[in-house]
Amino acid sequence: MATVKDFRVKEKPTWCPGCGDFAVLSALQKACANNGLEPENVALITGIGCSGKLVQHFGSYGFHTLHGRSLPSAQGVKLGNQDLTVIAAGGDGDGYGIGMGHLIHSIRRNIDLTYIVMDNHIYGLTTGQMSPTSKKGFKTKTSPQGSTEEPVRAVETAIANGISYVAQAFSGDVKHMTKIFQDAITHKGFALVNTFSPCVTFNKVNTYEWFKDNLINLDEEESYDPTDREKALHIMHEKAGMVYGTIYKNPRPVFNEEMLGASDIAAAKLDLNIPLAEKRELLATFR
Amino acid sequence: MTRELTWKVGGAQGEGIDSTGEIFAMTLNRRGHYIFAYRHFMSLIKGGHTNFKVRVASDKVGYHGDGLDVLIAFDQKTIDYNWHELNENAVLIYDSSRIKSPSIPEDKPGVSLCPVPVTDMAKEVGSAIMKNMVACGVSAAVVGLKPDIFDTLIQDRFGKKGEKIVESNKSAIKAGYDYAMKQFGVLKSVPEATLEKDGGGHVFLSGNEAISMGALFAGCRFLAAYPITPATEILYWALAHWPKYGGKIVQAEDEIAACIMAIGANYAGTRAMTSTSGPGLSLMQEAIGLAGISETPLVIVDVMRGGPGTGLPTKTEQSDLNELMYGSHGEIPRIVLTPSTVEECFDFTIQAFNLAEKYQCPVIVASDLFLGMSKQSLSVDDIDLEHIEIDRGNILTDEQLAALEERAYQRYKITESGISPRTIPGQKNGMFTALSNEHSEGSPVEIEDPETRKRMMDKRMKKLKDFDFGERAYEYDGPEETDITLAGFGSTVSQMKEAQAILEREGLKVGRLTVKVVKPFPDEAVKRVLQGAGHIVVVENNATGQFADLLKQRVGFHDKISNCLKYDGDPFTVKEILDHCEQFKGVTV
Repeated sequence: MATVKDFRVKEKPTWCPGCGDFAVLSALQKACANNGLEPENVALITGIGCSGKLVQHFGSYGFHTLHGRSLPSAQGVKLGNQDLTVIAAGGDGDGYGIGMGHLIHSIRRNIDLTYIVMDNHIYGLTTGQMSPTSKKGFKTKTSPQGSTEEPVRAVETAIANGISYVAQAFSGDVKHMTKIFQDAITHKGFALVNTFSPCVTFNKVNTYEWFKDNLINLDEEESYDPTDREKALHIMHEKAGMVYGTIYKNPRPVFNEEMLGASDIAAAKLDLNIPLAEKRELLATFR
Repeated sequence: MTRELTWKVGGAQGEGIDSTGEIFAMTLNRRGHYIFAYRHFMSLIKGGHTNFKVRVASDKVGYHGDGLDVLIAFDQKTIDYNWHELNENAVLIYDSSRIKSPSIPEDKPGVSLCPVPVTDMAKEVGSAIMKNMVACGVSAAVVGLKPDIFDTLIQDRFGKKGEKIVESNKSAIKAGYDYAMKQFGVLKSVPEATLEKDGGGHVFLSGNEAISMGALFAGCRFLAAYPITPATEILYWALAHWPKYGGKIVQAEDEIAACIMAIGANYAGTRAMTSTSGPGLSLMQEAIGLAGISETPLVIVDVMRGGPGTGLPTKTEQSDLNELMYGSHGEIPRIVLTPSTVEECFDFTIQAFNLAEKYQCPVIVASDLFLGMSKQSLSVDDIDLEHIEIDRGNILTDEQLAALEERAYQRYKITESGISPRTIPGQKNGMFTALSNEHSEGSPVEIEDPETRKRMMDKRMKKLKDFDFGERAYEYDGPEETDITLAGFGSTVSQMKEAQAILEREGLKVGRLTVKVVKPFPDEAVKRVLQGAGHIVVVENNATGQFADLLKQRVGFHDKISNCLKYDGDPFTVKEILDHCEQFKGVTV
């Protein structure tokens, strides 16, 4: 059975010392090993930015794609080979900016995969511009007078659109994050894990300390029922999104099993040859 | 010479014009005639003007013809818009229930005017929607066919709805037939039908349908697409026939997602494609770059339409050529195939999948609305089902991977051919990270050092150095030395053929060149063919002469090339090509 070591590569990450993404990498490696996955059966698909580099340090099959495009790519991978465990990852700029449309449609479709968004409220790799999750009033190179836009409420949007599983995790709590990733990967359907992963270089406001002071761990609240949609929306609103843990679970039929052409054999493993007689029959339909 | 009859029905969009045309065309196709059917339609649901033209011929034809023998007009607009196309002794049948006093130009006194109260007759047998059947009955009478020729098709189409519906449709046909026989008699004749040896008539299909069927037979099991005219039929046929073979079809949220999904599925080891038209292709450009640098196989079908912007969504054009050749950021290896016939749409799509996996790069199959949406009769033998080969290219086997040292596999290994052996996720000891960033041979991380960058660029660019599409690359018909050589790509081939035949009958030495792969361009072959050409008339459906420019760039002959352009949304007529050639008659280069 594979261990954490099998999900590691020798190349060292180029993230800034202290970057929250180190915790995401380590938690994901542990989660995959804990879930008993074999590296060759995992495909990690990322967008770009610091978050996108996750795939470069993860020992499985991987695809480092384009800005905002991890989700369509990951869905194609899953539909191409449903036997793979498919994980998509990206950042808040990547996933909630250019990739926001794909997120909504991934939720609608509910293809069985896990989507990790490393949310640091800023564009890091392009050296510090406001992102879709930057708080109103947040000053950056492109919002010198403070952002005048409301932040994207991705988790609430996901719940409103009927997402199958949504959770939040925090790079300051790797143990909890590992558990959430394990859950999300095990969950059958589209699972979004919005992960607060601080940028220590460009975001001096939303720091580890700031998250620690403000975040509430929902998994520790005994009365919280993650299957209650109204409550999930209510708590996100009430706490201004500053919660982590499992927020909402909504088991739904998955697209890859319901779609036209769904089969027990993965598309990548099908016999592609069609008998000549059947080809002739198909051609004859044009008469 | 091809004996033929041309027939057209026209009216407002939404009043059954297409079904009238289809029933007439399909019925004659089943009898063993050769048919070419062209739909002229507008980007709206109801109203406007639409028409459906059918050319019935004694030999295979790939064009609906310049003139018109029989026109059925459901409204005055149809007369106004199509009068110019009528031959001198044509027949105009018009719905006298709706056009009480038609306005008829006086310039063609030989045209027979045949008023038929089509709508009233349809109402009498049941409902006004049956007027298409009345029109079919009238048509049969006028061209000398029996009304029962439609029976089997009506049974196939309406049998499920019950015997009553079948019977009322037959009555409508009979009513139209009897009326026309009594009032006008036989005015035109159709060429002889040649029933095929298996008795089933010809197959009757469009370029789009041929592409969708070709993809299925090529082993494609994933299609992600966004609905767009004129490419949507590819999606429809796939939905109807692929799922039985495990084929998965996704209506993506946009073309960006569609193309990236196809890349993802290809990466996962499934033959996958996307289909679109111009504006969708523009959205896919970033994905084409991704496929190029990550060396992921990808098949894209572009069925061109009038541009730019949303342009002429329901009209034909060949104006995406530059985008197909050069689109996307950076520099990548790519293959662009330009089938010119329905048979080639089928064959080239199959080739596209083999080439995409062989060279691990994007392969674009480009047709256009005229080729994609027009249906034509083919002999069943024209579609070669027996020699379809599925070649998955260089994919390492599990045994080969097991023999490698642990984690020694290098996805982007530099090889003599520039093509690196591939692995498929799920294969043990074959793990790799596909990268959109520049990268080295085997490391999962991006690189920026100049030396590696150059080595990887050279590796990718080397892949297609020896690319050779063989006999499929071009078609040349004509002598070595010509007075005029017609040259083009894609769907213009049939009109060029007909123009060539007419010019040859006038005593000219005429050549015809159709290029079928524009990237990598078959430089040597084209140069050889054009060496002895007199005037080179480049025929293409765009305003700037993109293909002529490509010819000049690849093979020269600037002084001999002239542009024969059309960009009003309609396919070329033979006459337009002949008119352009007029200036070169007797003029030596």
